[in-house]
Amino acid sequence: MDAAKTLTLPADWRDFFALTKPRVMTLVIFTGLCGLLAAPGEIHPVLGFTAILCIAVGAGGAAALNQWWEADIDAGMKRTRERPLPAGRMDRESARDFGFALAGASVMVMGLANGWLAATILAVSIFYYAWIYTVWLKPRTPQNIVIGGGAGAFPPLIGWVAVTGHVTLMPVLLFLIIFFWTPPHFWALALFVQTDYAKVGIPMMPVVAGEKSTRRQILAYAVFLLPLTLVPWFIGGTGLVYGLSALVLGLVFVALSVRVGLRTSVPDDGMKPEKRLFGYSVLYLFVLFAMLVADRIATVQGWQA
Amino acid sequence: MNPNDDHLSPAESEAYRARQRARSKVLGLILGALAVLFFAITIAKMSVHASGQM
Repeated sequence: MDAAKTLTLPADWRDFFALTKPRVMTLVIFTGLCGLLAAPGEIHPVLGFTAILCIAVGAGGAAALNQWWEADIDAGMKRTRERPLPAGRMDRESARDFGFALAGASVMVMGLANGWLAATILAVSIFYYAWIYTVWLKPRTPQNIVIGGGAGAFPPLIGWVAVTGHVTLMPVLLFLIIFFWTPPHFWALALFVQTDYAKVGIPMMPVVAGEKSTRRQILAYAVFLLPLTLVPWFIGGTGLVYGLSALVLGLVFVALSVRVGLRTSVPDDGMKPEKRLFGYSVLYLFVLFAMLVADRIATVQGWQA
Repeated sequence: MNPNDDHLSPAESEAYRARQRARSKVLGLILGALAVLFFAITIAKMSVHASGQM
């Protein structure tokens, strides 16, 4: 029966799928689709579908490369130790090759179908996440999430450029909104899982700067995010539907951040305000971008000026 | 690792082959879908050019 113990099966295809972080991908697909739908102009449905597919596959490739690089770190954290690499269900080379294949294929197909500007931004976003964030920033600085947030901010920009073919202020604003949304979103999570990050030596903000400083920074970003999300309305890039939605959503975000920002946790208090803020931040981004599309539809239909 | 190795039991060989078959099926589906996608992109690009949008 010794042979049974040493038998290494080829990795299951489901593990390759898990390597693409499908849950993160849903947010990537959604914001990319919103950028594509909110952009002024038309795109052939097949080319629009291809653009979203390439954004999703590119993000999957970047996620696979991230897990290839971080297999040792993932093994040390409860949240990630059951991933295919740390759990020993796949060898590292397979994950690396899979990641490079997805990244390369998504950029090539996007270039052929949607133009090389969109493809170049996609390539930059993959490099940003897989190298600048994963390899360079994450193990070095507690600002890792701030700068790394840029990686998740690319999809609406790419979706927009796939339609219009050029970069303007509006898609850059969408990029900035996700960029400044990421720190309060992620630090809320880091506050209630900080023991894990400390264990594997990743300098997350609560571990390095302390809980109090992290809470203040969450609040600062949330307060800055509110006027930033209103800029597309002020410059006339969107109408009332988006503007009022951003205002209401942002006020709730600030209110929940105030509760997190000004309190001090005590052991075993359940971290409920932090969990609530984290949950709301995901909903916030989904609804904000959905309202961006609703606003565009309302304008095209003539329901608003 | 070779499923024909003598030291593998029939059950182990079968498990190995089942895993290979599942992977081949998924890869076949992906390649087929890619062929369909490239065909659709070509037709879409041709129709966009014909209508003068690009």
